[in-house]
Amino acid sequence: MEALRITHASGRGTPLRGEDIDTDRIMPARFLRSVTFEGLEAHVFVDDRAAAARAGATHPFDQPQYRGASILVVNRNFGCGSSREHAPQALKRLGITALVGESFSEIFFGNSTMIGLPCLTASPADVEALMSAIEADPAIKVQLDLVAGTGRAGALAFAVSMPPNVLDAFRTGAWDMTGLMLENYSEVDATAARLPYIKNFADA
Amino acid sequence: MGKTLLQKVWDLHTVRTLPTGQIQLFVGLHLIHEVTTPQAFDELRARGWKVARRDRTFGTTDHIIPTLSRKRPFLDPLAEDMLSALEKNTRDFNVPFFGLDSDRQGIVHVIGPELGLTQPGMTIACGDSHTSTHGAFGAVAFGIGTSQVRDVLASQCIAMEPLKVRRIRVTGQLPPGVYAKDVILEIIQRLGVGGGGGYAYEYAGDTIERMTMDERMTICNMSIEGGARVGYVNPDETTFAYLEGRQFAPKGDAFARAKAWWASIASDADAVYDDDIEIRAAELTPVVTWGVNPGQSIGIKDQVPGGATSGDLQSVTDALEYMQLRGGQSIEGLKVNVAFIGSCTNGRLSDLREAARVVQGRRVAPHVKALVVPGSASVHKAAEAEGLDRIFTAAGFEWRSAGCSMCLGMNPDKLEGDQVCVSSSNRNFKGRQGSPTGRTLLMSPAMVAAAAIAGEVTDVRTLLAGVPVGGPPSPSASARQA
Repeated sequence: MEALRITHASGRGTPLRGEDIDTDRIMPARFLRSVTFEGLEAHVFVDDRAAAARAGATHPFDQPQYRGASILVVNRNFGCGSSREHAPQALKRLGITALVGESFSEIFFGNSTMIGLPCLTASPADVEALMSAIEADPAIKVQLDLVAGTGRAGALAFAVSMPPNVLDAFRTGAWDMTGLMLENYSEVDATAARLPYIKNFADA
Repeated sequence: MGKTLLQKVWDLHTVRTLPTGQIQLFVGLHLIHEVTTPQAFDELRARGWKVARRDRTFGTTDHIIPTLSRKRPFLDPLAEDMLSALEKNTRDFNVPFFGLDSDRQGIVHVIGPELGLTQPGMTIACGDSHTSTHGAFGAVAFGIGTSQVRDVLASQCIAMEPLKVRRIRVTGQLPPGVYAKDVILEIIQRLGVGGGGGYAYEYAGDTIERMTMDERMTICNMSIEGGARVGYVNPDETTFAYLEGRQFAPKGDAFARAKAWWASIASDADAVYDDDIEIRAAELTPVVTWGVNPGQSIGIKDQVPGGATSGDLQSVTDALEYMQLRGGQSIEGLKVNVAFIGSCTNGRLSDLREAARVVQGRRVAPHVKALVVPGSASVHKAAEAEGLDRIFTAAGFEWRSAGCSMCLGMNPDKLEGDQVCVSSSNRNFKGRQGSPTGRTLLMSPAMVAAAAIAGEVTDVRTLLAGVPVGGPPSPSASARQA
């Protein structure tokens, strides 16, 4: 696969408020009964959206002013629970190119990284300010510079971050790891050879 | 300065530091199932890759299979396609597969240990977040997504960031009616559902040391519900005794050598931890979740939080609204519609025995649909051999075949409408059990059994009064396996 460097993301934003939003909510399990990821974008937050509608409200993903937005802004521990990659796959297929949040669940973060969807962390105050700025002006352009660790939305400037190693993977286009890990495979064999359980404890 | 088990296993499995700075880690055991692998195998085909270590890869089926009838083709064509894909993929790539016709089939986190595949000192990966279960054996085990499944299939390696270690010491005697499930729910409640981010949890202390492997698996299983991708217990004589004689465990002299190595990878006495906390077992009571994540729980005698008692109003208000509960009300006495005993958290033989001890000689309340779903074909068979199935069915429970069942909404076992389900599973997320408005209350299998009988959430300690602790659940208890 070609090395696709990801250093910036920009576009309109969608604020999605709430702590601990789990992957069952992002993509309910009944939509996992498919051998491909195709079409998953149609089901993102489908139950939350229906619940909002029943309550006479409109989920952010159904609000017309956020249609086509590419930056998803979230609160704490986003993507917790199930390891289903279907969740970030669906968000990406919907056109999300980056997430900004207070924190992300580790597995969701890893799955997103693996498919070239950066999850950037910002302070709770900055996340709140960014959400408010987008709500005040949904047309505002959110600009993220992964390498500089900066974000802008109109007059609002804020800091964003990701672990240096993950940033490096995006910066160099090495976020697709399989090829990298197949290089120098003799090193893998050497590692396996020194594990007692691989050789049935022959000389442990 | 000593090392933790995590550091030792991590160092041993480190292939190299990748140019990005991430660690390339060798995966000692890769477990696969039908839901998170089809796209990974497709990519292997597209790129012309083989499965790197067929000797370290094992498959089974659990998530989408019906537990009422296993007749093929399944009524659900999507489920049929999904299982067929795994059957084809394991055949094409020559990977061992314990399918529906195998007496070794079951929930992936139940069969790995049962077969002796799961061993101390290994790194274990599986496309399922409850892979942390295997940490009960002193393995470093973690859930991964489908792209990482592809990586592990193709290279037997994964790119990871190092983890910190938080030691959680559980000390003292658990009161009667309080179980491993209550301990882990309490830990998650205290540390929060995101509290384990960046950490592996090491469960230690005399309470954990006295626990059986089944109990340790229940604890490690739910590490991820506390945000910790990895949870483990240091291997000891209990671990070794469990493994001895199992199909894939080393035999004879190799087992003796294995034991010595397994013991050596336990955390050193002078290991340094990034964090260290203590939970006193004697203070615990049966725990029940009231909200929409596993950290939203209370003791059975406590009141549901809300209003002035809450520090985090919005999430509490949202959860109360979804659960149709009021702040300040008792959880005890809440009417239930469905009772589910099973899952990778609590679907093992000892879980069924403990539930049967509560159920024996009693009847499920008429308005409750109650089902018991063994975690594996082997648990199913062993439970029938000692008559547990008859205790359950005589009481009005349905007795099903092995699978993930009602833990998640991927197979015919689902809640309907806004039913209240008392469940021995691991997640009470909105819609988790297959109905977008279904309501889940997590608790121990004994508490689920008690609620099924009472028809409402109740304190199992009351039902256990007069039932001998660890007493025989049935006349055929002599047929129990050692």
